[in-house]
Amino acid sequence: MLMPQEQQQVAPVGGGRTMPSDVLGQSAVHVKRCPAGTGPPGSAYKRTRNGRGPVGLDCTPSCLSHESIRSTASFVQDSPALFSRPVTMAYKFPALTADQKKELSEIAQRIVANGKGILAADESVGTMGNRLQRINVENTEENRRQFREILFTVDNSVSQSIGGVILFHETLYQKDSQGKLFRNILKEKGIVVGIKLDQGTAPLAGTNKETTIQGLDGLSQRCAQYKKDGVDFGKWRAVLRIDNQCPSALAIQENANALARYASICQQNGLVPIVEPEVIPDGDHDMEHCQYVTEKVLAAVYKALNDHHVYLEGTLLKPNMVTAGHACTKKYTPEQVAMATVTALHRTVPAAVPGICFLSGGMSEEDATLNLNAINLCPLPKPWKLSFSYGRALQASALAAWGGKAANKKATQEAFMKRAVPMKVSPDNVHWVFENVALELNRKANCQAAKGKYTSMGSSGAASTQSLFTANYTY
Amino acid sequence: MPHSHPALSAEQKKELSDIALRIVAPGKGILAADESVGSMAKRLSQIGVENTEENRRLYRQVLFSADDRVKKCLGGVIFFHETLYQKDDSGVPFVRTVQDKGIVVGIKVDKGVVPLAGTDGETTTQGLDGLSERCAQYKKDGADFAKWRCVLKISERTPSALAILENANVLARYASICQQNGIVPIVEPEILPDGDHDLKRCQYVTEKVLAAVYKALSDHHVYLEGTLLKPNMVTPGHACPIKYSPEEVAMATVTALRRTVPPAVPGVTFLSGGQSEEEASLNLNAINRCPLPRPWALTFSYGRALQASALNAWRGQRDNAGAATEEFIKRAEVNGLAAQGKYEGSGDDGGAAAQSLYIANHAY
Repeated sequence: MLMPQEQQQVAPVGGGRTMPSDVLGQSAVHVKRCPAGTGPPGSAYKRTRNGRGPVGLDCTPSCLSHESIRSTASFVQDSPALFSRPVTMAYKFPALTADQKKELSEIAQRIVANGKGILAADESVGTMGNRLQRINVENTEENRRQFREILFTVDNSVSQSIGGVILFHETLYQKDSQGKLFRNILKEKGIVVGIKLDQGTAPLAGTNKETTIQGLDGLSQRCAQYKKDGVDFGKWRAVLRIDNQCPSALAIQENANALARYASICQQNGLVPIVEPEVIPDGDHDMEHCQYVTEKVLAAVYKALNDHHVYLEGTLLKPNMVTAGHACTKKYTPEQVAMATVTALHRTVPAAVPGICFLSGGMSEEDATLNLNAINLCPLPKPWKLSFSYGRALQASALAAWGGKAANKKATQEAFMKRAVPMKVSPDNVHWVFENVALELNRKANCQAAKGKYTSMGSSGAASTQSLFTANYTY
Repeated sequence: MPHSHPALSAEQKKELSDIALRIVAPGKGILAADESVGSMAKRLSQIGVENTEENRRLYRQVLFSADDRVKKCLGGVIFFHETLYQKDDSGVPFVRTVQDKGIVVGIKVDKGVVPLAGTDGETTTQGLDGLSERCAQYKKDGADFAKWRCVLKISERTPSALAILENANVLARYASICQQNGIVPIVEPEILPDGDHDLKRCQYVTEKVLAAVYKALSDHHVYLEGTLLKPNMVTPGHACPIKYSPEEVAMATVTALRRTVPPAVPGVTFLSGGQSEEEASLNLNAINRCPLPRPWALTFSYGRALQASALNAWRGQRDNAGAATEEFIKRAEVNGLAAQGKYEGSGDDGGAAAQSLYIANHAY
């Protein structure tokens, strides 16, 4: 029990809050920062037990194990109601300073500026093994290094369409054949360097083979080190699947929460978090079902980000497009995919998010391009940049052209540039120029230029495509 | 994850979406004339008028007899139940007068606040019982949108998680029921300006409240394109010693909305709370000049801020009706301009000088 003299000295230390005495009817309780460290220095946050409601000062009985509260345990017994639910809306603990916010916001905007997108070159060792096996190349560190070198040493013009590259840990520290670090090569091209931060899936017991993502342990220290080593953004992939009873409420809630924790920790260390809640295309469900699930998942993600005080202007979203399952017999046009996708996004993603960079999932290079193109032509309001974060869809041809042979370097680079760099379109070409694909068509100034470019491409362009969009109230 | 139970058909969605877009068409906003009998008592006593049904009818007649000038600045009018069935002096129902001007008729459907036990004076709002039947009847009687007001307050310990959760949930239930009956729900989670908290505190709380509201709407399968939001602007508490400019209010407000309100929502129609007529117009104007991208319409749903001068000019005298109506039309036109960022202020220079007063939003 706090003695009277201790009461006088009670003052917030490291951001603790003092409960006014009239609440307890007794002397004040001083609650110090939870050493479990679930919040930034100066915060006293712990997530509410049932996962609902905003994070506030919530000392549930389970966190009474630490020192500063042990001596006041008797207060808890007398006033359990006080400690069993969030008491106040603490706001005196901003997660980020104005300067931190500014830095994060600027990094995010640089990545998606002027229609640029992201090259996802962060395949883990295991995943690279799959890719290399298909072209009969041995999965050695040197082979992985060689392939990445070929990609990263392309002409500087690549930076007109690539704003960021996501690297795997190993690649961040690799060098080209002259001994120059890959990350410096990329930075010199004006490309922002990112890092995959998650550590793969872990099963959720009691579900139909659903998973969550690991990687939170020591994440803050890892982020701090990556920041020193030249990284400015992170990526974390959560996976949800559509099946009988899937995604379950638990899977949605758990993955959204893990994403929000990761995002919060990134921002504390000056890294922009790319938030990736992938609803995978496995299954025979139709596109409408995928849209429904995507909307539920994204709503949960943004509620979790809000609960965890994540600064949305300093994040990017990497979602799946809304498509039918791989095994679905019904076929959909790019315009249908676009309408369903943008409808889902505009029902769930706040305008504060600067950019949405779609993953390509299992889509072919061509489909990934056509769909992104249709998305940018979709006549719904789109206050975020709509761009790409493609792995396979940018690298498949390059990989095939390389075949593991150094002599194929030029062909490999050409194949890569063909997917990555803006191309001129001819009026006869039904496929839109990739450059226009990545340009946004919203109210901002550069949409005039984009529109101008579209109309000059010939009448087979915008008008005919527009008519392919069914009105969105059918979605 | 059931999905083969869509809440609305494509036709129902289209109807709702069309109604919502008509209400917040460019340059238009809402007249909130839905004061309950009790609220009207307060208004009328301030001008020394007895609170009878006839006086209430005469007063609303002053508003609804406004000429065609209001067509361009009013997209909707919210009625109280009694008023929905009242007529003007020549026997024409108010509903028809309003509809004939191309203005959408709305109805207040909540039944007031009730306390939440175990909280520090917090409340939820009642009115769900039989709401579906009431909505069906109102729809037949000419209403195409509804309004439901929840109230939250800022203090040392509020709003609590329970208050936020419960009010968000009841708003979502109301919204769902409205849409089933072809009525566009205006969702109003008002955070009162009472208190001495600063602008940042209000912004923080507003963001938390709105995030909870939109999560609840998603959980209840509400069709966002067929709803409207009626929030408070982000302002300091009445008793806060720090003064903020309209640009600061605008920046904090738009930032909070951008972080929480999905672009699918067609319009945000601000409540005026305790703001004066001029303040409410200046703030709305600054909001529409704010340099942040704003994917929804940002307009007004004002009660007092549209009626204060008219009420004062009327003072219960038939002879004053014309002058009172003029006062009302004046405010309606001003707010129609403010909803487009075109209001130049009551004589002082607005425009260009004010733009520079917007602080970058990473400070919010």
